[in-house]
Amino acid sequence: MSKLIDVSDLNIFYGDFLAVEDVNMTIEPRAVTALIGPSGCGKSTFLRSLNRMHEVIPGARVEGKVVMDGQDLYDKDVDPVSVRQHIGMVFQRPNPFPTMSIYENVAAGVRLNAKRMKKSDLDDLVESSLRGANLWNEVKDRLDKPGMGLSGGQQQRLCIARAIAIRPSVLLMDEPCSALDPISTLAVEDLIGELKNEYTIVIVTHNMQQAARVSDQTGFFNLAGVGKPGKLVEIDSTSTIFSNPSQKATEDYISGRFG
Amino acid sequence: MSTPTRAPERGPGGGGIATGTKRRGDGLFRGTATGAGVLILLVLAAVAVFLVYEALPALSPDAEVDGGSLTAYVGPLLFGTVLAAVIALVVATPVSVGIGLFISHFAPRRAAQGLGYLVDLLAAVPSIVYGIWGIVVLSQWMVPVYAWLTDNLGFIPLFAGPASASGRTILTAGLVLAVMILPIITALARDIFLQTPRLHEEAALALGATRWEMIKYSVIPYGRSGVVSAAMLGLGRALGETMAVALVLSVSNVVTFNLISSTNPSTIAANIALNFPEATGIDTNVLIASGLALFVITFLVNFAARWIVARSGAKA
Ligand SMILES: Nc1ncnc2c1ncn2[C@@H]1O[C@H](COP(=O)(O)OP(=O)(O)OP(=O)(O)O)[C@@H](O)[C@H]1O
Ligand SMILES: [Mg+2]
Repeated sequence: MSKLIDVSDLNIFYGDFLAVEDVNMTIEPRAVTALIGPSGCGKSTFLRSLNRMHEVIPGARVEGKVVMDGQDLYDKDVDPVSVRQHIGMVFQRPNPFPTMSIYENVAAGVRLNAKRMKKSDLDDLVESSLRGANLWNEVKDRLDKPGMGLSGGQQQRLCIARAIAIRPSVLLMDEPCSALDPISTLAVEDLIGELKNEYTIVIVTHNMQQAARVSDQTGFFNLAGVGKPGKLVEIDSTSTIFSNPSQKATEDYISGRFG
Repeated sequence: MSTPTRAPERGPGGGGIATGTKRRGDGLFRGTATGAGVLILLVLAAVAVFLVYEALPALSPDAEVDGGSLTAYVGPLLFGTVLAAVIALVVATPVSVGIGLFISHFAPRRAAQGLGYLVDLLAAVPSIVYGIWGIVVLSQWMVPVYAWLTDNLGFIPLFAGPASASGRTILTAGLVLAVMILPIITALARDIFLQTPRLHEEAALALGATRWEMIKYSVIPYGRSGVVSAAMLGLGRALGETMAVALVLSVSNVVTFNLISSTNPSTIAANIALNFPEATGIDTNVLIASGLALFVITFLVNFAARWIVARSGAKA
């Protein structure tokens, strides 16, 4: 199911403000791509442009190409709604639907996409998604309780279960562990390691060890100064980036000699 | 609570912890706020006492009241009041929610602003104007509608007819009330919808929700309790509205669910407005007793609204 994504000459704007300039990268299928860089360099902005979530912000727009499966996602006749069904997203802060139960949260995506499903099939899907998110054992006895009643780490894994329940090809994660304790973080990292067998994963993180632990390739974003657009400095295999990067800026950032 | 130990007095610039003087503003503010709160309670209590006192003669069992007993007189009025208000609410709430959603989530920014102003403007129109509009325009429009309703849907008791030839029915009154409470419900609903956390909206969008599905999954659940309280505010206003109903309705003291005939129950407020100037003696007390009933109902509605909001708020 996983897909390769080819990004070329991508410029991302908020109104007239160019936030990210001229990105070219290839995101490998069945692998984890980590995006690192200082705050404000446009990692989230870039990530959100991959599933057309960027444009839900008023005035936000994109120039350039994001090609998946030979299809430009920004082509005129591509429906952003269907793009988002194929490219799922997990946010920095867990955001289960507050009025829905755990079960309904996981089933929400399927219900949305108007697929009629037998109750038993839906039960199976919910179970397999929760298992996939390493949450099943903790919640199987209280599926009808509100999703907000879970701990922060459990909520985040619930959001992951919700995202994988619609069987996307690609999963985007924006700092999925930043609101979590070390144990939940480990649980999510393990999960990412398992998910990459089936999904193409792009993860934004501020935690360099995390990037080193979970990813196969790493992209480093940087920005030249305040008000200047963010740029992709380089992208390479994670081991190369962390041991022997080709750019000085990357080395400085990774070794903490930034700025 | 223990009393704080006071720092020793020092001269200006002494650098100690300041005492006393700086709190004067606080004290003043607290005094005024408490005073205002107490004053409101006192006024309310005074109104209640006045109503009860003046209504007492009518409440005694041997009081002579038009139509036999006090309940026979006030009952239909109470019924008419609630019926008109409920019609208004049933019509206005869905429309308000629709307009609120349109302004908050569908209309382009410029159009949304214009529409918002228009709605606020509607709220500022005096009720007598709505009354005149109701009697001159709306009731005329409704005459053929009512005729059609009895002919085609006459089997529903609500539309049993015979259709009023003047159009001045309880349904017309309810519709005028609906137009009057529309702005307040719309304005509140719009504000609540606009406050939906981005995170919830994006949760739905990122799952592949269309705009409408996003609204169903995040905006409406978030705004539900707020809409209920907005509707209750509207209901409160509809219950107490006087002039529009007094002008529009042609009344007879009956209890009927037939919404479109020429015999309609009046409402308490309209009835008081129409009859109070000529009333003398016990009739005055009877009218005031009906006012007391309205006072109680409005109170109950507000309590119910608070209870609903508190309950659904605790759940979310
Ligand atoms: N909604 C918005 N409207 C306008 N400008 C925005 C918006 N969101 C982000 N920006 C700007 O775009 C630039 C990139 O922001 P972005 O959130 O992508 O950074 P980031 O790399 O994710 O930072 P962090 O690591 O702190 O999350 C910043 O200059 C930011 O001010
Ligand atoms: Mg970010």
